[in-house]
Amino acid sequence: MALSNMTSDVEAIEETSSSVGKRVPNWVITTASVSIAVALWEIFGRDVNPIFGSYPSAIFVAFVKLLKSGQFLPAARDSAETLCLGYILSVIVGIPLGLLIGRFRVLEAAFGIYVVAGYAMPLVALVPLLVLWLGLGLSVKVAVIFLMAVFPVCINTWVGVRAVPRSLVDVGRSFVASDAVILRRIIFPAALPYIVAGVRLAIGKAVVAMIIAEFFTAISGLGGIIINSANNFDTATMFVPVVFLMAFACGLDALIGLIERRCMPWQAEIGGREGA
Amino acid sequence: MAGISLVGIGKTFAQRSKGRDTVIKVLDDLTFDVADGEIVALCGPSGCGKTTALRIAMGLEAPTKGHITVDQRRVKGCGHDRGIIFQHAELLPWLTAKANVMFGLEMKGIRGSAASDVAMSYLDLVGLSASAERRPHQLSGGMRQRVGIARALAIDPGVLLMDEPFGALDAQSREGLQTELLAIHAKTRKTIVIVTHDLDEAVILADRILVLGEGRLQEVIDVRLPRQNRDSGTLRAAPEFTDARFRLWQALHRNTSPIMVSGNSTDGIV
Ligand SMILES: Nc1ncnc2c1ncn2[C@@H]1O[C@H](COP(=O)(O)OP(=O)(O)O)[C@@H](O)[C@H]1O
Ligand SMILES: [Mg+2]
Repeated sequence: MALSNMTSDVEAIEETSSSVGKRVPNWVITTASVSIAVALWEIFGRDVNPIFGSYPSAIFVAFVKLLKSGQFLPAARDSAETLCLGYILSVIVGIPLGLLIGRFRVLEAAFGIYVVAGYAMPLVALVPLLVLWLGLGLSVKVAVIFLMAVFPVCINTWVGVRAVPRSLVDVGRSFVASDAVILRRIIFPAALPYIVAGVRLAIGKAVVAMIIAEFFTAISGLGGIIINSANNFDTATMFVPVVFLMAFACGLDALIGLIERRCMPWQAEIGGREGA
Repeated sequence: MAGISLVGIGKTFAQRSKGRDTVIKVLDDLTFDVADGEIVALCGPSGCGKTTALRIAMGLEAPTKGHITVDQRRVKGCGHDRGIIFQHAELLPWLTAKANVMFGLEMKGIRGSAASDVAMSYLDLVGLSASAERRPHQLSGGMRQRVGIARALAIDPGVLLMDEPFGALDAQSREGLQTELLAIHAKTRKTIVIVTHDLDEAVILADRILVLGEGRLQEVIDVRLPRQNRDSGTLRAAPEFTDARFRLWQALHRNTSPIMVSGNSTDGIV
C-alpha cells in the first residue's frame, strides 16, 4: 500500500505529459485492494474464536470503546512522541554517518564493520540491559528506537554514496570545490534516492522498536494497551493499536513520499516507470 | 592569458586482474606546449591515453612523472586557470541549466545576483538563455554539451580542455557546435586543447594537431586553413583542408598500436 502511494504522483505526471488513453489512478487501485482485503477479513474472521483472532468491525467497536474510556488518545500521543523522537534522532545521526563512511575509505574501514554488525544486532535481547543502564523512562525507549532505526538509514546512505558516479565528483574537483562542498552539494543530492529509501525503511523498524520498548519498560503507551488486552484475552482490543500503528506507518511513509517529490522532482522525471 | 605545457608526463595505472598485479603504462614521456590563444587537437588510436593526458592537464589525475605548467607556472591539482568539458557534459541532474553554470561560479567565490548575471550571459553566449530554467534531462545532448561549455567558460579560465566534446552528437549538431566554438574562440581567445577522433573536426578547429601513440607525442601536423574565410563549407573545400586531413589520416595509420601492458609484477614496466 505504501509503495503504491509513493508512485501515484509520478504516474500522474506521466499521464498528463503523455495523455495516451485513460488509466485507473493508483489511489483507486490501492483503495479497492484495501477494501477487498478488509471485506475478506470481515467475512472469514467472524468464524474464528474471538480469542484466537478478530475481524474489522469488532476491532472498530473496540476502538470506539477505547476512545470513550479515554485510554487511547493519551497512549497514542505518548507512543507517537517517543517514536518521533527516536526516529528523528536516527535520521539526524544516520545520514551524516553514512555520508562520512561512504565517502572516506579510512572511516569506512574503521567504522563500517560496526554499522553492519549493529544492523544485525538482536536488539530484543539487549533491551533488558538498556533498561538497567537507562531506567524505565523515555530515554530507554528513545534509545531502543534509535538503535533499531539508525542502521538502515546509515547503510542506505553509505550504499548511496558509493553509487555516486565518479564523474560527478570530478565536476566538483575540477572547480576546486572542497571536500565538504563536494559532500554537501554533489554526493548528498546524488545519493538522495538511496537516503530516502533508508529513511522509509527505518519507519517500520522504529514502530517495531517502539512496541518492544513499551513491552519491556513501564507498561505504557500503545504497547501497554496491547499487553493489557492480550492478558485479558481481549483480542479485538489488542488489534486496535496494531492496526493503528500500521496505518500510522503508512501515513508517515506517504508524507515522506510527498516531501521526496517536492524536494527532488528530477528523480521522478528521470526514474519514472514506463507503461502500466 | 595563458598557455599550457605538459612536461615529460608519464602515467601508469596499477590494476589487479586474476590475482596478479598488472601495471598499465598509459603515458610514457609526453611533452608538448600549447601557446596562448592556440587551438590544439589531440588525436590518436582509442586507448592511447588522450583522456588520461587531458585529465592530468586538468589536475584530476596526478602524473606518475613529469609536471604541468600553465602560463609558465608549475601547477598541481585543479585550478580556476583551467576548465574542462567532459565527453558526456556531466551536468548535475538536480540543478537547472543556469544553476549548473552558477555552481562553477560559486566554487570560485562569485555568488548571488553576480553569479546569476554571469551565468545568464554565458548561457546566452551558447544560445541557451531560453532554456536556463530547464533541468539536464529536459535538454537534448547538444544542449547539455552547450551548458557544459558555458559552465567551463563562465569561470573565465585561460585554458579550456575538451574531451571529445561533440563525439556523442549527430553530425548536424556537431557541425553547429564546432562553428560556435570557433566563434567563441574568436571572441575570447582562450587556449583550447581538444581531444577528438574525428579527422574533419581536428582539421576544422585546430591550429596544430598532435598525434599520440605509445605514450608519447608521435607527430605534429600544422594546419594552415585560410581562416579569415569563416564559412565552414568554403573551408572544407579548401585545398589546405584536404591536405591537412590527408596528412592526419596518414599519421593515424602509422600510429595504430595502442597501449602497452606488462603481464607480471608491479615493477615490470615494458
Ligand atoms: N583509472 C584507470 N585505471 C586503470 N586503467 C585506466 C584508468 N583510466 C584509463 N585507464 C586505461 O588507460 C588507457 C588509456 O585510456 P584513455 O586515456 O581513456 O584513452 P583514450 O581517451 O585515448 O581512448 C586505457 O587502456 C584504459 O583502460
Ligand atoms: Mg577518451
